[in-house]
Amino acid sequence: MTSIDTERTITVTVNGVPREATVPVRRLLSDALRHDLGLTGTHVGCEHGVCGACTVVVDGAPVRSCLMLAVQVDGAEVRTVEGLAREDHQGGQVLHPVQEAFRECHALQCGFCTPGFLMTIAAGLEARDNAEELTEDEVEDMVGGNLCRCTGYANIKKAVHHAAAAMKDADA
Amino acid sequence: MTTKLFGEPVRRREDQRLITGKGRYLDDIGHTALAAAFVRSPHAHARIVSIDVDEALDVEGLVAIYTYEDLTGPMAEPLPVLIPHPQLHSPRTGFPLANGEVNHVGEPVVMVVATDRYVAEDVCDRIVVTYEELPVVVGVDAARAAQHAVHEEIPDNIAARHHQETGDVEPVLAASPRALSFTQYIERSACMPMEGKGVHAKWDADDSSLRVYTSTQASTSVRAAIAAKLDLSLDKVEVIAPDVGGGFGVKIVHPWPEELLVPMAAIALGREVKWAEDRREHFIGSAHERQQRQEITVGYDDDGRITALDVHIWHDNGAYTPYGIIVPIVTATQLVGPYAIPVYRVIVESVFTNTVIVTPYRGAGRPQGCYAMERTMDRIADELGLDRALVRERNLIQPDQFPYDHHLTFQDGRPVIYDSGDYPGLLVKLKDLVGWDEASRLRSDAEARGKLLGVGMALYVEGTGPGPYEGGHVQVLGSGKVLVSTGLTSQGQGHETAFAQIVASELGVPIEDVEVTTGDTRRFGYAVGTFASRAAVMSGNAIALAARGVREKALRIAADVLEAEPADLEIDEGLVQVKGVPGTSIPLRTVAVLSNPLRYAFDEAARQATQFAKPGDDDKPPIAEGDAPGLEHRDYYSPIRSTFASGAHAAIVEIDPATWEIDVVKYAVVHDCGNVVNPMIVEGQVHGGVAQGVGGALYERMAYDADGQLQNASFMDFLMPYASEVPDIDIDHQQTPSPLNPLGIKGAGEAGVIPGTAALASAIEDAVGRRIASMPISPTELYDLVRSPDSEMTATAGRRAGTGVMA
Repeated sequence: MTSIDTERTITVTVNGVPREATVPVRRLLSDALRHDLGLTGTHVGCEHGVCGACTVVVDGAPVRSCLMLAVQVDGAEVRTVEGLAREDHQGGQVLHPVQEAFRECHALQCGFCTPGFLMTIAAGLEARDNAEELTEDEVEDMVGGNLCRCTGYANIKKAVHHAAAAMKDADA
Repeated sequence: MTTKLFGEPVRRREDQRLITGKGRYLDDIGHTALAAAFVRSPHAHARIVSIDVDEALDVEGLVAIYTYEDLTGPMAEPLPVLIPHPQLHSPRTGFPLANGEVNHVGEPVVMVVATDRYVAEDVCDRIVVTYEELPVVVGVDAARAAQHAVHEEIPDNIAARHHQETGDVEPVLAASPRALSFTQYIERSACMPMEGKGVHAKWDADDSSLRVYTSTQASTSVRAAIAAKLDLSLDKVEVIAPDVGGGFGVKIVHPWPEELLVPMAAIALGREVKWAEDRREHFIGSAHERQQRQEITVGYDDDGRITALDVHIWHDNGAYTPYGIIVPIVTATQLVGPYAIPVYRVIVESVFTNTVIVTPYRGAGRPQGCYAMERTMDRIADELGLDRALVRERNLIQPDQFPYDHHLTFQDGRPVIYDSGDYPGLLVKLKDLVGWDEASRLRSDAEARGKLLGVGMALYVEGTGPGPYEGGHVQVLGSGKVLVSTGLTSQGQGHETAFAQIVASELGVPIEDVEVTTGDTRRFGYAVGTFASRAAVMSGNAIALAARGVREKALRIAADVLEAEPADLEIDEGLVQVKGVPGTSIPLRTVAVLSNPLRYAFDEAARQATQFAKPGDDDKPPIAEGDAPGLEHRDYYSPIRSTFASGAHAAIVEIDPATWEIDVVKYAVVHDCGNVVNPMIVEGQVHGGVAQGVGGALYERMAYDADGQLQNASFMDFLMPYASEVPDIDIDHQQTPSPLNPLGIKGAGEAGVIPGTAALASAIEDAVGRRIASMPISPTELYDLVRSPDSEMTATAGRRAGTGVMA
């Protein structure tokens, strides 16, 4: 077998930065992010699309990176947990409201599932009108597809409310 | 004072890196490492006839293939029996790679090392192992029937017969006014941390030293095991637990085959080697827990007071017994809970089956013990027509009975003597919190909505913080930074925060100056591990003692400088000062500099400690006899016995008689773990434990078929609770400090999971009026149970039917 059959060079914008990688065609997006691009913040919990730990945002929508091949994101924009906080003007970091809320509400323990929750919730909150009151159904929707074995979810749900309130205040 | 942080809900210091993707879990380490993958047995019980690797050899990227034939010296011997016990008469452990026979699906047979994991798995696919299948034993009943043997030389399948008794139970039972007997089952679940196991090893050939990262709960002991098995000197082996993505017990077992094989390959190949367990491997190649058959006979009087308790348990230990009989012992001894049992006899027969090994999962035998005891209380109440809370209340150990000696021997080999508690207090709070006395009104309301409502409760006592010891080291640097280390590991419990709170409070320094390291043998070589809700109790107290040692030394040195008595000094915000004399002070960082007399100055701070910087006493050595340079102290906490935390849970369930869906509409927790270091963290532990309790009661089971194939080895089929399955939890606290340790704390890690199965079984039984004697229970099973002519109606249901209330 030659590399032409088995490898592709892809160009993908990751967290705002154009990246190029030559990957085997069977390479999972999760593995490409972690091992080819060195972005180990995206975690792999089941590799069959159920736990959601590997969730990243591709072209604005949260996806399970263990169920996508790396070659599928050629030309796409990918956002990972490393791209959630933004740089401030002093060379520091401003955390995303969801990150702040997770810390404030003790919404993580071992932290392994956390990047997946952060990306799913951030995408969910960013896609809605923050002026609208966040309903419990919306919260259940945002956290309901990811597994966490440590927290029992109570504080994760609390963090979603906390983050939504912060985003509403920031918009006001 | 801002430095007194003990007891405050301090936000976690580990979170900053974990929420920004900068955590460092096992598979985040070693980007250039070779990858290991394993050929695992597809059969539950078989002889290995041959292993043919020919087809695999031309896979590009293959580096090495190992089978049992490649193991030498101690590696060719069975894995250790970690916790030997005289009653474990037939222990068995596997080999790092199967030696001619496999005893469960998932047992490692061949290790492949290749350039990456994809290639390593390609190689695994091409290796042909030929097996001769043997008869399979699945489940306690099959093991007990012993038609087939898991290990040929153990025909009865019994590994251990654990027996404890506090008196002659039979005559007391015979003389009891009343007695009842029943049998019940509890099924297998598993820890299922979101991160599986994993090992990375790097051999430095020039230095002949090995560094191993492993996702473990016991790095110091993994280190000792690797040194012993690979014939290395202990000082040439470092083991580090990086960020660990959950443990819940499964990572206390060690050395896992992979923890030995990966370092072995790294040494042999002179290359970094890594293995990260995938989810299917975790299901079939790690550990499970919980399965027991429980035969219970209880004697009691007309008021519901227990006179004697006789329990015979059959415990499924899976294919091997690397962790000894800890789970059976914990079940046997924690079963008695908060109750005074006049005479108690327990026998636990631990049996082999051709399934994954059974080792501690959060609770470690306690959920089963609680299930036995609490369901017994329910049966007594049902027979007598008494309130279930009242029967419990009448049997409780009273607050004036502490220390209370159960005359049993605990998992640490020490007596089960409860140190403190207020069990009636728990019960009062629980009834208030859940609205126990409102139950019949709630039941009527639900009935009007077409639902069946039931309430249930369960109480527990949890032995926490067993020895033998943990240690702590605290060092103040000249920069003012305070380095803290303990050998015990962390898997998400927030130790960096809780231990920093303890040091900040004990030493009087800002928490921002404190840096905590756990589970790194380079920093602290002596430790036992993180299990049995022991981290805060053991390392917390050891670190507190170490901080007190540093404080004492700092005051002594500062007293010299300030020309004051140590007793007149205090430390606040990192400043040592004379009490009540503002301005008379010296920074702790300066004390640290002065504590280490120097010849060479390397910065401004160090100048102060050099030999010409200050006049000394010519007749005394710079370091006083018995003293040591540096502002640091190492100390250990070694308790005489465990400290006993306690709690009570109650659940209200609503069941839809059309679908038999079980909805937990209220879940109440009263919790007592003595003095609390960080209430936010403790509450988080309770939340997580309850979620696992609910999962274990209603959703999770390891579904083995008769051939020993695990039918649901994925997150698609093994139903771990999502947010939608976990009820809202109401928590109330009670604090009865432990008199056993300096901080007065008791463990909290496992508490939340313990009473879940018992409380929910009780609530479901209350709702449907049929005996629930096997847990977990699904809607389908509940439907079958209610429809079955053989299912037993409770006496309470009969009484309610008599009064016209829907059963």
